[in-house]
Amino acid sequence: MVDVTARTIETAVPPAEVPDVELYHPKSWLTTWVFSQDAKIIAIQYSMTALTIGLVALVASWLIRLQLAFPNTFSFMDAATYYQAVTVHGMIMVIYLLTAVFLGGFGNYLIPLMIGARDMVFPYVNMLSYWIYLAAVLVLVASFFAPGGPTGAGWTLYPPQAILEGTPGYSAGIILMLASLILFIIGFTMGGLNYVVTVLQGRTRGMTLMRMPLTVWGIFTATVIALLAFPALFVGAVMMLLDRALGTSFFMPAIIQAGEHLKYNGGSPILFQHLFWFFGHPEVYIVALPAFGMVSDLISTHARKNIFGYRMMVWAIISIAVLSFVVWAHHMYVSGMYPAFGFFFATTTLIIAVPTALKVYNWVLTLWRGDIHLTVPMLFAIAFIVTFVNGGLTGLFLGNVVVDVPLSDTMFVVAHFHMVMGVAPILVVFGAIYHWYPKITGRMLNEVMGQVHFWITFLGAYAIFFPMHYLGLLGVPRRYFEIGQTSFVPPSAETLNIFITVVALVVGIAQLVFVFNLFWSLKKGRESGPNPWRATSLEWQTPETPPGHGNWGKELPVVYRWAYDYSVPGAEQDFIPQNEPPSALNGARAAGH
Amino acid sequence: MAVAVVLVLVALGSVVFHMLSPWWWTPIASNWGFIDNTILITFWITGAVFVAVVLFTAYCIYTFRHREGLRADYEPENQKLETWLGLGTALGVAAMLTPGLVVWYQFVTVPEGAAEIEVVGQQWSWAYRFPGPDGKLGTTDVRYIGPDNPLGLNPSDPNGSDDVIVDGGDLHLPRGGPIKVLLRSTDVLHDFYVPEFRAKMDMIPGTVTYFWLTPTRDGTFDILCAEYCGVGHANMRGTVVVEDAAKQKAWLSQQKSFAELSARGRTAAR
Repeated sequence: MVDVTARTIETAVPPAEVPDVELYHPKSWLTTWVFSQDAKIIAIQYSMTALTIGLVALVASWLIRLQLAFPNTFSFMDAATYYQAVTVHGMIMVIYLLTAVFLGGFGNYLIPLMIGARDMVFPYVNMLSYWIYLAAVLVLVASFFAPGGPTGAGWTLYPPQAILEGTPGYSAGIILMLASLILFIIGFTMGGLNYVVTVLQGRTRGMTLMRMPLTVWGIFTATVIALLAFPALFVGAVMMLLDRALGTSFFMPAIIQAGEHLKYNGGSPILFQHLFWFFGHPEVYIVALPAFGMVSDLISTHARKNIFGYRMMVWAIISIAVLSFVVWAHHMYVSGMYPAFGFFFATTTLIIAVPTALKVYNWVLTLWRGDIHLTVPMLFAIAFIVTFVNGGLTGLFLGNVVVDVPLSDTMFVVAHFHMVMGVAPILVVFGAIYHWYPKITGRMLNEVMGQVHFWITFLGAYAIFFPMHYLGLLGVPRRYFEIGQTSFVPPSAETLNIFITVVALVVGIAQLVFVFNLFWSLKKGRESGPNPWRATSLEWQTPETPPGHGNWGKELPVVYRWAYDYSVPGAEQDFIPQNEPPSALNGARAAGH
Repeated sequence: MAVAVVLVLVALGSVVFHMLSPWWWTPIASNWGFIDNTILITFWITGAVFVAVVLFTAYCIYTFRHREGLRADYEPENQKLETWLGLGTALGVAAMLTPGLVVWYQFVTVPEGAAEIEVVGQQWSWAYRFPGPDGKLGTTDVRYIGPDNPLGLNPSDPNGSDDVIVDGGDLHLPRGGPIKVLLRSTDVLHDFYVPEFRAKMDMIPGTVTYFWLTPTRDGTFDILCAEYCGVGHANMRGTVVVEDAAKQKAWLSQQKSFAELSARGRTAAR
């Protein structure tokens, strides 16, 4: 953490004033609030759209759980509706909610502010990114109303069933689903290029890469892997669309269905799986890496202690990102692929556990000898550690090839991925919203509502997904409309299913407390001031709160230190903002460097 | 304080749940006990790590909770500690990966002389085929499939005419000898899944996949489809009976061969 003196910076770089500020600002209400090119507005548009469509996914999850707990009870539920709910829930959660909210939402809001930039480097393209994302969401929603309803192919959309009769929504739903994915990827690419170039080119004076907050590292790295991974899904979606609409045979072999020989021939269903998971596994880290980054900053700020092992944390993020591209076939151990692949992919998959575990140790070691403030964001960060460790460890079962054989396609898998890439990242999303809401609105979220929301969500989610592993161990398969009569599932499993469903409904309803809090605190929340958490990173040092267009007023901040100068020995306060010049420090430390 | 207590309860509660859970794997009926053992090793290692991390977190939260005048330490990194933690983790990972890869080698290496049978999946039912007296399965193709040739056997392949076809009944397997299960689908992906066997594998139209096992315990077990295959996925059930070889042979001799089935088809057509 070498301090750069103010003098070297002033002589090395030109001043950062913007001469024609007036030309740069939007002129009308429409360009300020709707077709805005301000990354902060775009971030809010992305987040609100994602959370809104996320509520649809929440309702879909209730439908799934009601059917599993009370089969043959609800007249609105048949097998087709069930599989449509499963598909819509999974697809929205992974793509339209988590990817969008982490990169489009937090990425847009935090990157420019945290690196001391005025905005993304291509504001116009950034605006287009959101509107294309919105179009993707609307096409997805349109599929709900298409003849035959949305596709019920499962979120993995495996051909041949995805485009054949026998799967709900095979006529129109699947076409709209694929079109929506293609739009999403186009929109994401526009935003993603922006985030990457902004981090590489838009950092303010003194903000070296190794001084960036881990939030920026996480979002930046996730964006890089998303830019490399989404094209595989794009290609898969285009080919499947051709198979469905024009009758080509990319993924379709010769098939006889209900006694009728179809016109397909020579395609490979398993090729789609490779393309899908070449995207699909990095996708896990597209969601996880921003969560890793943000939770690091939450823990450090609220424990008033520097993140332990910053450099290790950065390199762990980078090595996880690289490894994430060579583990994809661990989703395919029982797919019938070339058996020897199992050796390679099991080894790479278990290797990825090492950098991931180091990150966990460093979070916990940051708490060690900290000054822990159990604020709502900190509570969510701690809950993230618990659920992520749990979900990560069950990954060691499923990644270890032969152990996966009995467990794959059972409820164990469902429990695992919900814990690790559902519950854990969403807890970070909540923690991050409680943490950054004051910067976005100038007001604090209500603490009591936050506590209620936290406890129900954390303990409820754990109670839902921890026991679910054991249903999978027992052998209950996933994606079953009903388990019906078997010789191996005891009646007690039914009781467990009812328990899980009741808890899921309670947790779902508790989210309304959160939504209410978001709106209530907008007007009634306690005023926060510019830096309520006494944090070091640049977004808390803006001249205005909420920050205005251009973020920094007349002059950009200059960075003199890393983002984790908490409780520095000899310093007066227990935090030193990144833009605090060294001279402002009191004697001991300044002399030491 | 409350947070620390809750974390301790979460860690210990999870262990207690694991111990007392009435939901555990089915009694095994195949040679894949090694898989169960690898799962147990993984449970022990991951369980210990989970409890340790959560309890340590709870300890930190309690001991270093904010009080007036408390100030955090300033320690950016400790490379020695990080190296040791990294090495320890690598060791734990190796302890799970090694048995995993050894057993996988067994899983993908079909023993010489394993008996071959075939399972065919279609929306939403199972069919089975045994080689006839010649011990060879005939070739197949989806385009041969018709009303009296449900599995698409090549009518001009002499190896196929004595193949025994079980379409719509239970599957009987002999106990004690290794069996290579060849898997085929005529329409979409399926997965031949018998929880008691532990082994499973997807079936892919256009390809023949396989796995092998040795049934070790007599009994009647459910066959389920474990790869989503459309609205009827959950109804795609079957039954497999494991019995001693003589009984199974007697059962097999009562089933119809491909030649008998297609002759019957021709008679019916006339």
